Amino acid sequence: MSDKSWITEFPAMERSDLLTIRKTLDGAYRDFSREYGDFIESLFDPLLSFLVWFEQLLLQSPWFIVLGCMTGLVYLASRSWKLSASVVVAMSMIGYFGMWDNTMRTLSMITVCTLLAIVVGIPVGIAMARSDRVQKIVTPMLDIMQTMPAFVYLIPVVMLLGIGKIPGLIAVIIYAIPPVIRLTNLGIRLVDREVLEAATAFGANSMQRLFGVQLPLAMPTIMAGINQTIMMALAMVVIASMIGVKGLGQPVLKSITNQYFTLGLLNGLAIVVLAIIFDRVSQAWASRTQKHLGETAHG
Amino acid sequence: MADQPLIEIRNLYKVFGKKPASVMPLVHDGAGKDQLLADTGHTLGLRDINLSIERGEIFVIMGLSGSGKSTMIRHFNRLIDPTEGQILVDGIDVMLLNNKELEQFRRHKMSMVFQRFGLLPHKTVLENVAYGLSVQGMKKPEQVLKATEWLETVGLKGYEKQYPSQLSGGQQQRVGLARALCTDAEILLMDEAFSALDPLIRSEMQDQLIELQDKLHKTIIFITHDLDEALRLGDRIAILKDGELVQMGKPEEILLHPATDYVEAFVKDVNRARALTVETVMQPPINRISASTIGGALEQMKKLPENYGYYFNDDGYQGIVLQESLEEAVKTDAAGSVEDNMVEELDSVFPDAILESIIPDTLETIYPLPVVDSDGEFQGELCRSDLIEVLSETHTKAA
Repeated sequence: MSDKSWITEFPAMERSDLLTIRKTLDGAYRDFSREYGDFIESLFDPLLSFLVWFEQLLLQSPWFIVLGCMTGLVYLASRSWKLSASVVVAMSMIGYFGMWDNTMRTLSMITVCTLLAIVVGIPVGIAMARSDRVQKIVTPMLDIMQTMPAFVYLIPVVMLLGIGKIPGLIAVIIYAIPPVIRLTNLGIRLVDREVLEAATAFGANSMQRLFGVQLPLAMPTIMAGINQTIMMALAMVVIASMIGVKGLGQPVLKSITNQYFTLGLLNGLAIVVLAIIFDRVSQAWASRTQKHLGETAHG
Repeated sequence: MADQPLIEIRNLYKVFGKKPASVMPLVHDGAGKDQLLADTGHTLGLRDINLSIERGEIFVIMGLSGSGKSTMIRHFNRLIDPTEGQILVDGIDVMLLNNKELEQFRRHKMSMVFQRFGLLPHKTVLENVAYGLSVQGMKKPEQVLKATEWLETVGLKGYEKQYPSQLSGGQQQRVGLARALCTDAEILLMDEAFSALDPLIRSEMQDQLIELQDKLHKTIIFITHDLDEALRLGDRIAILKDGELVQMGKPEEILLHPATDYVEAFVKDVNRARALTVETVMQPPINRISASTIGGALEQMKKLPENYGYYFNDDGYQGIVLQESLEEAVKTDAAGSVEDNMVEELDSVFPDAILESIIPDTLETIYPLPVVDSDGEFQGELCRSDLIEVLSETHTKAA
């Protein structure tokens, strides 16, 4: 080592030192997960049972009832016959090509992930909007969550919780939650200062301001965040299948390893169909409920 | 209590920056706004403001942008906290209120109208008007009842279910006004409330405000950068420049006796004929003839400096009588009563009429016009020469 010049080689630490660091950290984490793994896993039990229950509900119910409910929800949200009809056609195609069960699994996973991301993400976004310090702390964490390769944070999660639905869920949420947090924060910060000032001037306390003014006015931005979160969750489905999440991701994974082009394409298209349905429906709902916010022309 | 002003501001200072308190000694030593900014990076918002506002008056604070007027009005309800100084409302030091008390104070004591309306875009017009009530926690049916009433008062009946974005600017500000009035707060803060509106709509809104004020007798603090608006609405006007109070007084005082060059420059372009009333220009009432006989009338006339007089009998003002026609009449019947044919018709003017409206009357006669109030009392005389002098004063000074 010493004969090599520090000019041509970057003066790196000794290989043995690095090995020690790695061993120590890995060992410590392994001990930690052996010690507390079961306990932490048990914390997620309620979530797991909900996830399983919801998946079974979608799988066990007759397909036409699920399709009927889906179409009904789509119509309620969008009030568009065209969109509802497209959903029926698209879902029928998925069923016809034999992907119904996997689609239901993915659908239940995405639904639970999205709900959880909203439940966690919006309060975090609110906290960020209210305090610059929280924003300073959370922003770099979100950057890490969005840019760190998913496989890297899959390792500790799998070490801790094994493979299965819950680690998959956590991986999906880590990847998909940043947009809803970021855009909740942004939406609240962009609320017209004068409107907020007016609420204050009329004696509104901070809760009345939050629920009466800030959140409703930030809603279009928050909805955009939720929409992005759903899209990213769907994109993560394939990677999550690597750690045992059943659904449309697994056939895709199988096609990659076995070079089944058509199988991969069909399941990939099913994911795209789900994404488009979620996207169109949530946007149609958002623009329908916030129509009056959009019309700015007056005078 | 009745004599005590409703709002008092004492030695109010506001400095913006990282550590306002640390630069206060400099401010007290008389550091200027620019110097303070250059030396310490702090901005002087307001310096040593002292003013008192009486119950039931429209108090206008006027200044150009950057003069601190919007900062000023936000101190009344503590949307901005002062760096130093006292704000007393109804004898209560607003600075001593805790959060809860401050909320109550804002809910019941003061309400505010904003330049860009500050309406809640996701609520209907009716919900917007009722906003103050809903914040107070009033029951929904009562809210609706009251809000509907006020919406009608400002002339927006039928718009209840619309959203603010569906209304024009003027209509939106009416909603803002209704919202402020709906809480029955005693004090109304209006932050450039009409500045964002078209001139025509603006003057309409000014009329409406004056009309409402005649009925409601609120205490209104009105911020504007428009002197014409200030003169039109204000019972008293305070002029701010660079965070300092330059002059405070009744509109005509400001107009006729500007305290500094700054105020004078402001006042120069004002249309005085529209801003001043007869009262401010008229001479004291002297030439009054009230004797019922011709002889008596002539006696009175001879004591007067002029050879004419304004004839008043039990029915009030009748017209002008000239010495020559009395002398003519006295030859035939000194004890006879003053008859209609001796009295020439001459319109009287009201003391609160604006000058512009009485200019045609002054042109019709060579005599000064009598000023008679609505009770029929003789208040003064308006000479054409005084009128011309007042209206042309700006030009002579400018020259």
